[in-house]
Amino acid sequence: MAPVMKFIRIDKENWERDLQKLRRSFRLIGPVKADQDCLFKTLGEGEFPDFNFLNTRLSLKSLVLPQSENMFEYSLDQSREDCHILKEVKRNPTQCVVFGIRPCDAFAFLLVKPNFDTPEHEDPYWKQAYGAITLVGLACDTPCSTCFCTSAGCGPYHEEGLDVLLVPADDHYLAKAITEKGKHLLKAVDWDTETAPGVAEKEIEARRLAAEKRITSFISTDHLKEKVTIDLYDAPFWEDVAFSCINCGICTYVCPTCWCFDIQDETRGKSGRRMRNWDSCMYPLFTLHASGHNPRGMKIQRVRQRFMHKLKYYVDKYNNGIQCVGCGRCIRLCPVNIDIRRVGELMNNYKPIA
Amino acid sequence: MLEYIHKIREIAADLLEKKEVEMVIGFRKGTVPMMNEPTFVNRPEDITALAWDSHCGINLANYLPNRKERIAIIAKGCDSRNIVTHIIENKIQREQLVIIGVPCKGMVDRQLIMNRSEGEVLKALEDDDNIIVRGHGFEKRFRKTEVLQKNCEICIHRNPILYDKLVADKVEEKADMDRYEDIRPIETMDPKEKLDFFDKILESCIRCYACRNACPLCYCPTCFVDEHRPQWVGKSQDSTDIRIFHFLRAYHCAGRCTDCGACERACPVGIPVRLLTKKLEKDCLELFQWEAGMTIDIRPPLDTYKPGDSDNFIK
Ligand code: SF4
Ligand code: SF4
Ligand code: SF4
Ligand code: SF4
Repeated sequence: MAPVMKFIRIDKENWERDLQKLRRSFRLIGPVKADQDCLFKTLGEGEFPDFNFLNTRLSLKSLVLPQSENMFEYSLDQSREDCHILKEVKRNPTQCVVFGIRPCDAFAFLLVKPNFDTPEHEDPYWKQAYGAITLVGLACDTPCSTCFCTSAGCGPYHEEGLDVLLVPADDHYLAKAITEKGKHLLKAVDWDTETAPGVAEKEIEARRLAAEKRITSFISTDHLKEKVTIDLYDAPFWEDVAFSCINCGICTYVCPTCWCFDIQDETRGKSGRRMRNWDSCMYPLFTLHASGHNPRGMKIQRVRQRFMHKLKYYVDKYNNGIQCVGCGRCIRLCPVNIDIRRVGELMNNYKPIA
Repeated sequence: MLEYIHKIREIAADLLEKKEVEMVIGFRKGTVPMMNEPTFVNRPEDITALAWDSHCGINLANYLPNRKERIAIIAKGCDSRNIVTHIIENKIQREQLVIIGVPCKGMVDRQLIMNRSEGEVLKALEDDDNIIVRGHGFEKRFRKTEVLQKNCEICIHRNPILYDKLVADKVEEKADMDRYEDIRPIETMDPKEKLDFFDKILESCIRCYACRNACPLCYCPTCFVDEHRPQWVGKSQDSTDIRIFHFLRAYHCAGRCTDCGACERACPVGIPVRLLTKKLEKDCLELFQWEAGMTIDIRPPLDTYKPGDSDNFIK
């Protein structure tokens, strides 16, 4: 077991000064009020994270998996020696610190990791970008009514996935390093005022329990594993579930755990690039074969895929819970009110007619 | 408008019982405040699943193309005009449909209400003129007229154009209003200003295509942005490609768009996509005295030629 980390006290009056100091060696990212929403963005000189927000519409996955990302460049100029040779785009991701990420969004990186970084396979782009961020998570005392993190494997004070957990108190923050990276960060700012042993721990524990009580919505997952895949696949409820779906990309694009991308070549004049862009299982093109055949040619098949992947295939394959952290974004933003909690309920309770 | 539901259910149940239709397309109560979900009912005993209130802004005509059943569909003014367009464009047959017309008093803008509330809206109630929202420690009352969707605010065809049943007496239509107040300033911009303006409004587009997919007009088997042999439009976040998607889509809607607002309502990041379609709607009105979806007897201006057409290039 890792040694229990102590809580460090950070006085709010020094907060801006400390962040200023950090800015010298890191790119700082944090939530900032925009027109209708709060957005995570790079904090410019004199900008500081605004912690007074419900969850943001977009998740932070683009930090590690940008919506469009160049992978290779090449030349089509026959007179050049390197014509037609793919050259990896040099990347040197700047070390950055994200302030105010919600525990659910940080946990999401761990759920997608098995797809990008395993002993057998390694996606260098994802891995480098993920390696370059330090996640300072904001304990979440103001969940939305659509948040169901506690039944999706994490929670408002969940630590897994974070490097530092930050808990706001009246005139100070309490910070706890979760990982080595987190420790390193606290050290870099000389955040080292340890709290008296036991006191902060108790307080945080009470606040965690209170925060968890504020989560009022849930997803049922306890029977998913034992269900027979093909039974769920053939279940009659998909027609009803899929009816309203317009097959847009919102649910998958706003989801912190949706990881699919499409590789494209784009050329202009005599140079070209190979890039990857987010893709969505909701799009008809997603599974279109070169032959013209599309195994998921109908909407109902695509809708089923999204839920089966998150709530059944992932569960079976990784033994790591569902592929969802309960952030509720897809529920809040679906233009036609398709609700993963409702679908989870249908799947979890489904009994095929014998 | 709440009382409409009784009549809607009565008509719908009757149609199902008499087997005049196989399904009724309408809304069911949403799982979150101020949202309803499009749904279908095919058994009279399920009729109470149907709901109606000021949060039925999704255009149900979007659920018709290529369906083979006999269908009853609930239609506001705009939906009915998109149904007309579908009939003209052969996406559904008139004989397949029983249109349950709803004289509409306007749908409210959920995002606007959320922005103007002091916290998360946990419950929304309504009476004839007001929307009352509640959240932790607050209650707020909005006059519906203050929080209408932008397109509803300027709607001049609230009564269904084409219908078989009507759930209530017709409502009074608004008249004498400038529908294009927001378009005129854009028209006067020079090309550079226009480009900057469009880039600005499209800046946060995530290319989720919800605007397109929520639109009843966008039923092409393969949208031009999805064509890949050859591929016409790049798929990245390149601003040129994003622009092309939006501009071309708008042109494809010219003379067909009813300004139902479904596109704008669907957008997860609040992009005012109607600014593009409205300009073309305005052009069609000025050049061809045309409003989409008003009759099934006349072909829309962009797929017909008339000697009196204003453009000279074809003469
Ligand atoms: S579930 Fe909702 S957000 Fe997802 S594709 Fe369907 S309509 Fe779009
Ligand atoms: S599936 Fe929905 S609730 Fe779950 S992580 Fe994705 S966006 Fe959040
Ligand atoms: S373009 Fe928008 S306003 Fe026009 S018909 Fe389509 S969804 Fe409705
Ligand atoms: S719905 Fe909004 S974000 Fe999505 S493609 Fe349309 S304009 Fe862009």
